[in-house]
Parts: sequence; C-alpha cells; structure tokens
Amino acid sequence: MTTSTTNDVLLRAHQAGLFDGVRASGIVGIWRTGLLAAATWLLLGLITLRWPNKEVGFSDWAFTDEFGYAAVAVAVLLTALAVAGDRAGRVAQLLRPAGQWLVAAPLLLGVWEILTAKLGVLPTPFFAPPQSLIEVYSEDWRRLGISTGYSLRLLVHGFAAGGLVGFLVGATIGWSRVAGYWVHPVLRFLGPVPASALLPLAFFFAPSSYAAAVFLIALATSFPVAVLTWSGVASVNKSYYDVARTLGASEWFLILRVAIPAALPQVFVGLFMGLGAAFSVLVTAEMMGVKAGLGWYLQWAQGWAAYSNMYAALIVMAILCSSLITLLFKVRDRALSWQKGTVKW
Amino acid sequence: MVNATLESKHQPQQQPQQQQEPSPDKAGARIDIEHVSHWFKLPNGVLQVLDDISLTVEPGEFVALLGPSGCGKSTLLRLVAGLEPATTGQISQNAEKITRPDPSRIVVFQDPTLYPWRKVWDNVALGLQARGLLKEQRQRVDDALALVGLSEFADAFPHQLSGGMAQRVALARALVNDPQLLVLDEPLGKLDSLTRLQMQSELVSLWQRNGFSALLVTHDVEEALFLANRVIVFSDRPARIRAEIKVDLPYPRHRGDPRLAELRHEALRHLGLDASW
Repeated sequence: MTTSTTNDVLLRAHQAGLFDGVRASGIVGIWRTGLLAAATWLLLGLITLRWPNKEVGFSDWAFTDEFGYAAVAVAVLLTALAVAGDRAGRVAQLLRPAGQWLVAAPLLLGVWEILTAKLGVLPTPFFAPPQSLIEVYSEDWRRLGISTGYSLRLLVHGFAAGGLVGFLVGATIGWSRVAGYWVHPVLRFLGPVPASALLPLAFFFAPSSYAAAVFLIALATSFPVAVLTWSGVASVNKSYYDVARTLGASEWFLILRVAIPAALPQVFVGLFMGLGAAFSVLVTAEMMGVKAGLGWYLQWAQGWAAYSNMYAALIVMAILCSSLITLLFKVRDRALSWQKGTVKW
Repeated sequence: MVNATLESKHQPQQQPQQQQEPSPDKAGARIDIEHVSHWFKLPNGVLQVLDDISLTVEPGEFVALLGPSGCGKSTLLRLVAGLEPATTGQISQNAEKITRPDPSRIVVFQDPTLYPWRKVWDNVALGLQARGLLKEQRQRVDDALALVGLSEFADAFPHQLSGGMAQRVALARALVNDPQLLVLDEPLGKLDSLTRLQMQSELVSLWQRNGFSALLVTHDVEEALFLANRVIVFSDRPARIRAEIKVDLPYPRHRGDPRLAELRHEALRHLGLDASW
C-alpha cells in the first residue's frame, strides 16, 4: 500500500512538472508575458553592462560583457517571439507555459549579479558571479566533460549491475520459499547498512578503486530494487496464478508471464530509489578513492579554492542526475503504458 | 449487435436435450464426484466445508450448483478444476482421476481476472501461449473473440472495458481452449442485472454450439433454472446435497414460463426461503 503511494507521488511530481500551474492563456495575438520576460532580460543585460564591477583586489571578472550581451540577445529573441504571436510556431508553443519562469529567472540572476560582481556584498572567492561560470565552461570544458563521462560510465556500470542483481534476488525470494528463508534475513540485516560505510573495506579488498566503486553503487542500488521486487512478486493477486494454471501454464510461465509483469510497477519504484542511492554513493566514492569523475572534480576545485569551478560542476551534476531520472521515467511510462487511462508513447 | 448475431444462431438448435447432439470432435467431459468431503486448515483447527458430495455431470450436460453463500460450492469447483486436492473422496474426468489443473477444464471466475498488462487479444491467447500452440493457432484467438462479439476490442487494454465486456473476454479466454468442461464460478455475479440477462442467453447459446459440459455455481435461483439441465441445491456449510431439480424445459427458455415459476418455488423451499414467496 505504502509503496504504491510512493509510486503515485513520484508519478505526480513527474507529470506535474515545473510549469504545470501556469497555463498558456490561449495562443492568439501578442504574447504579453513574453514581452515582460524580454524586458526583464534586457534589464539584466543593462545592469551587467552599464554598472561597473566592484574592484575586489585582482583583475576584473572575465566574461562580464559576454554575459550582458547574452542577456540582451535573449531579450531580443523573446521580443521577436512575443510580437510574432502564433506565427512563431513550435518554439513559442514550447516556451509559453514557461513564461513566468522566463520573467523570474533574469530577476534572480540580476540579484545574484548585483550581490556578487556589482556590490561585492557576498565574500569572494566563495561566491562568484554568474559570468564566472561562463569562464569555467569556456576554459575548463574539456576536464569537466571527461569527468562527466567518467561519472556516467561508473554510474551506468554500478546501476545496471545493482538493478539486475536486485531484481533477480527479489524475484527469487518472492517466488521460492527456500530462497526466502535463507536470503531474507541476510537482506534484512545487511541491506540497510549505507553502502558508503563499506567504502574503506571495498577499496581495501577490490582489485581497483573503480571496481570497488562499481561494487558499492551496485550494492546501494540492489537493496531497494530487491525489496520492492520481492514485495511486488509476493503480492501478486493469487487468482492470476489460478487462471494461468487452469489454462495449462508451467511454473516458468507463471514466473515470467504472470509474476514479473504484475510486479513491474513495484520494480520501478525500487529502481527510482536505487538510482537516488546510486548518485550519493557515486559522489562519495569519487571523492574518496576514484581519481576521476564529477565528485573528484568537486573536491579538486575545492582544494584549489576554485569555487566557480565547483558551482559549474554542481550544475553539470544536477543536469546529469535529473536527466537520468527523466530517462528512467520515460522507460517506465513505456513499460507500464497499460497502467494508464490512455496509451501514450 | 452481439444480440443480433446470437439470435440468428439460436434457430437451428432448439432441441430440448442438449447432450444428445454435441459435435463429435468436441464431446463434453463426464465428471464423477464420489463421496467428496473437504476440510480447510485454520489456525485454530479445521473447518469442514464439504460433506460427502456425490454427483455426476453427464457429457454435454449443464449442471448448476445452488446454495447459500459461503456454503462451499466454490470450493467444490476448485477441487473439480484440480486447483486443490480433495481431503477425502475422488473426482474423475472420463474415468480418469483429476490430480491437477488441465486445460480441458477451464474455470471462469466471478472476477474476470484479466491480466491488466495484456491487451484483450493477448489475454484470450493466454492458454494457447502457455501450451506453446499460439504460433500455429492464432486464428483461434480471433475466432473466440468473434464468438463473444469483441473483435473490435482486440487491441484494448482490460481497464478500457466495461464489466460485461471484461467477463465476455474471460469467456473467450476459456473457450479458445475448446474445453470439455467449463467451470463457472458465479461468472455473472458482479454484472448489472440487464447485462446479466443478456449474458445468460449468450452462455446458453455458446454451450449449445460448443457441446461442452458445464458446471455453474450461482446463488441466483432464476439464473440456475434458466441455464441448467439440472439444479443441485446445497445446504449450509458443511455443504451437503439437499435436493436435485430436473429442469425439463427446452432451450432457449422463456423467463415468464409458468413451469420455471413452479421450479423456482420448489428451489426456494429447499433453501428454506419459500415463506416470503
């Protein structure tokens, strides 16, 4: 019962999205919110360009002008879209629901810009202005890119292994009484241990720090997947089995064609929880022993007091994690299309 | 539309005794239930649900089991289907002991129990798929869907169907296997009364056309009398056979038939409910 509620919450959070509360008010004529957004972006651009940066004891912030011009460019683009109205086509259709965010974003960026570069209220180097992120991306993109690649590879290996093992373990103990007797207590005792607690041990035993990290991520993923697969298989409506048995189904048919499809919604809840756990172990492992990846980059940046690099890496990490969650949702929507009122692909 | 096709198929087959004219390749099964008693294991002891039941279903015969709810009728069906072994006594099909489920005896439950992740077509195909026959016999699935008038819904998911449609899919899923015995566990119990009347007529015509034997559990007296050759009245738990009513009327029957009213009175008397009638 509780797990299906979790499922619902996840689903709703997904479907609601960020912009659900804001409905486009009919796609006709001039887009007023678009004009307002253009004005705020223009304001951001002017503040950045016209208001001189405060001297902070070293050479001026690079990319200040570029940041300002970019804001002005956004303003021009939005004005064009807003005036074009329904002739603007699909781009406008996609942007319209996000209209209020397009107004709010430059205001937030403006406050950030003023507090850091313009007034210097927030202490440097811990707080860097927005243009410093542009600097990091344009100068350190290679290292950031490689780090992202390493993180992604490690995550995919660990998550795939953990998801598979967790699924098999869960299905086995859900189906077989004997397996349940032996595996269940072990799962109950060891499963809740945070995988990062085993970090020193894993680095000591594993042949390489990479292997150790894969193992830990897999461990963190497999626990929720195993528990939820198990509960999914165990809670399958018994009459599904009766029907299949009277129709001549073998035991394998019951497992593969009845138990597992019926348990799949629960399995996906487990995969979501596992993915969250995997992110956290990934970063910890990269900080502690694996000398690559975004976790390592974060720590390296902090070691050099390169806080702009740290913010830049955090943003990359946010994009990476939320993209992976979105991807998992897409897979789930496809696999469970039978669950919904309408079939959607 | 369903009604129209079924009406037209009623015409050539209005013989009173169905079991004399089943098509030769699809003969119904003979079921012998001999001195069956059954107990449930409960945490605090055992509970007897069946008490010395003996009953024979002739090939092609339609037998209804009528009794108060919770008396053990459905348990008897599970034993006949082979889903559970009887505690004592023996059940056999064509003189062969029933020990496990077999696709020659298909159960239709009160809930359609369609698999929600399979489309209607795939639900009907389940039995053939389970036995590895689907590749050669895909046509049979289409035929079964046509038989219950749901060809257009082959690609729908179960949650898109109404209760009556879902139960018709369940019937198609049973019939696609050409069962010798159709075990019906209150299959119409959850349908609204109009759909129920319509499905009763459909059941009769499916049974007449296919020649299987049928064993129906119901607590609807009219339904039992409208459908069956013979109605067995059960007592309260533990279930014992209290009476047997032969319904000697030709098919299709008419609900207003005065003979049905007489039989209904008789059935209610056996159930101890005739005072209100």
